[in-house]
Amino acid sequence: MNHTAGNNDGSMFQIRIHGRGGQGVVSGAEMLSVAAFLEGRYAQAFPSFGAERMGAPVMAFCRIDDMEIRLREPVLVPDALIVQDPTLLDQVDLFNGLHAHGYILINSARGFDALGLKDFARRFRRERLRTVPATEIALRHVRRPLPNTALLGGFAALTGQVGLASVVAAIREKFPHALAEPNVAAAAEAFAAVSRDLEKADA
Amino acid sequence: MLEQIEGSHAVAKAVALCRPQVICAYPITPQTHIVEHVGEMVKSGELAGCEFINAESEFAALSVAIGASAAGARSYTATSGQGLLFMAEAVYNAAGLGLPIVMTIGNRAIGAPINIWNDHSDSMAMRDAGWIQLFAENNQEALDLHIQAFRIAEELSCPVMVCVDGFILTHAYERVDVPTQAQVDAFLPPFEPRQILDPREPVSMGAMVGPEAFTEVRYLAHHKQLRALQLIPQLSTAFATQFGRASGGLLRPYRTSDAETIVVALGSVIGTVQEVVDEMRCDGVKIGAVSICSFRPFPLTALRALLMRARRVVVLEKCLAVGLGGIVSDGVRNSLSGIQLKGYTVIAGLGGRVITRASLRQLFEDAGRDELEQVTFLDLNAEVVNFELEREQVSRRSGPTAEAILRRLGTIGSQVG
Repeated sequence: MNHTAGNNDGSMFQIRIHGRGGQGVVSGAEMLSVAAFLEGRYAQAFPSFGAERMGAPVMAFCRIDDMEIRLREPVLVPDALIVQDPTLLDQVDLFNGLHAHGYILINSARGFDALGLKDFARRFRRERLRTVPATEIALRHVRRPLPNTALLGGFAALTGQVGLASVVAAIREKFPHALAEPNVAAAAEAFAAVSRDLEKADA
Repeated sequence: MLEQIEGSHAVAKAVALCRPQVICAYPITPQTHIVEHVGEMVKSGELAGCEFINAESEFAALSVAIGASAAGARSYTATSGQGLLFMAEAVYNAAGLGLPIVMTIGNRAIGAPINIWNDHSDSMAMRDAGWIQLFAENNQEALDLHIQAFRIAEELSCPVMVCVDGFILTHAYERVDVPTQAQVDAFLPPFEPRQILDPREPVSMGAMVGPEAFTEVRYLAHHKQLRALQLIPQLSTAFATQFGRASGGLLRPYRTSDAETIVVALGSVIGTVQEVVDEMRCDGVKIGAVSICSFRPFPLTALRALLMRARRVVVLEKCLAVGLGGIVSDGVRNSLSGIQLKGYTVIAGLGGRVITRASLRQLFEDAGRDELEQVTFLDLNAEVVNFELEREQVSRRSGPTAEAILRRLGTIGSQVG
């Protein structure tokens, strides 16, 4: 497919989330849109139109803007990628369309070098590439390997597109209380981990 | 109140605000979330005075709505794709009887091959059944059109389909302004049926009608839709006054006043079309777009007035009249009687095929140079088509087409666009 449409104009920020069916990829995008909405911005979240099986590679999209969003195409030129499952790295063209100033957040306890992305990472701004062990964090708090809420916390820290408080509010809107609080804890821990990591890199 | 919710949820809230008395449904993707949400609202008591009936099929669901509506209840159902086809006989009956049922269509392709994704084949298959058909551009309009639909349906005693693009809208989270109950009550008075099954004043409905009267009954159905051509814009204006935003109406022009090329489309794709129009306007191209909200009745006169000064029209449609080309194009061509301008039909977005800005830009540029075929299939994979045609020539027993193409394409789970 032709990607000549180029980078996004103005204030629009586009996120593509990659994962596998059953990992909460779509609800992650939905919660992100709610978080942006709570900050008074326009947001749009929608699933990709493909296989809907447990374990199959899936995508979801989120756009955030200061104006009403009319565009309905999938996010082809993302400003940020969230990779919920690092086993997709070899299977899916995850980075398709990502521009040189884009952000990448990968769910992994390992860094970009250890993931075999050392050369690849040189094409991007180092401070915009981060990994966070979202599954481990989720297992500790939620007791299930659902990394989406932790990754939203990490995304807030990495990009500043939404604040942690809005992510927390979006999680509480999505889940009933008993399920929301462990997810809130996971998001907060990932937010703290990515923030620390960024400060370390700054120092 | 502003809310960031799924399209299906927005539609469900709108339906509930319209105080339906009977909702019957049978689940089918991508419409399911709508009836799930209204079902929850009935169960929780949030939607009071409403009976929710799980039917055993789509045919039964609409049949129950017909019975309920004939008994004087404000009735609602929803379906998608194959489900609408399974209803087909009842779809004609609801219109033939003049029962003001409102039905949401979560637009979905028609099989075979089986496909759950969006196009307009389902609604288009029922376009001549006598229902009014309104297409939503976005989730705000999807919400608003349901409120207007009950009013239109009940004023005319005619059923209305609100067509909402499956997944693209039904499953999209976006900002919607959900009106208050008081606002909706002020716009939509209680249902006062023109005809009602009442044991105290018995009437027959659905009698056998022979050649002596069938034409007249049909003419009156047509006449009713012609009246809707007046009523739909009137109610859209009344809605704007009361709710403070424009929704509905017959059609909506976008940058058409000096346009040489005008793109005509229905439903959610218009947003992407408008983006491309803006891009091309920045480059000095005189291009505009028209979104048709009311496909039935078809706004021949209003469309003609917009297209009159253009040089060419590109009809972008998510459906295909196999063996002819476009379905929407047919109506557009009717509106052009006596006007000289070039017309192109573009079939796009079938079975959920993504419609990108890049592809539209290329398409509109080709149109501007009058280098389009009469009928174009946007982003058609010619390599796969030719491979399949050659294969069929080589072997008599070439086997099923769809499965051969899937094998040729290999795994597609990894594709983004």
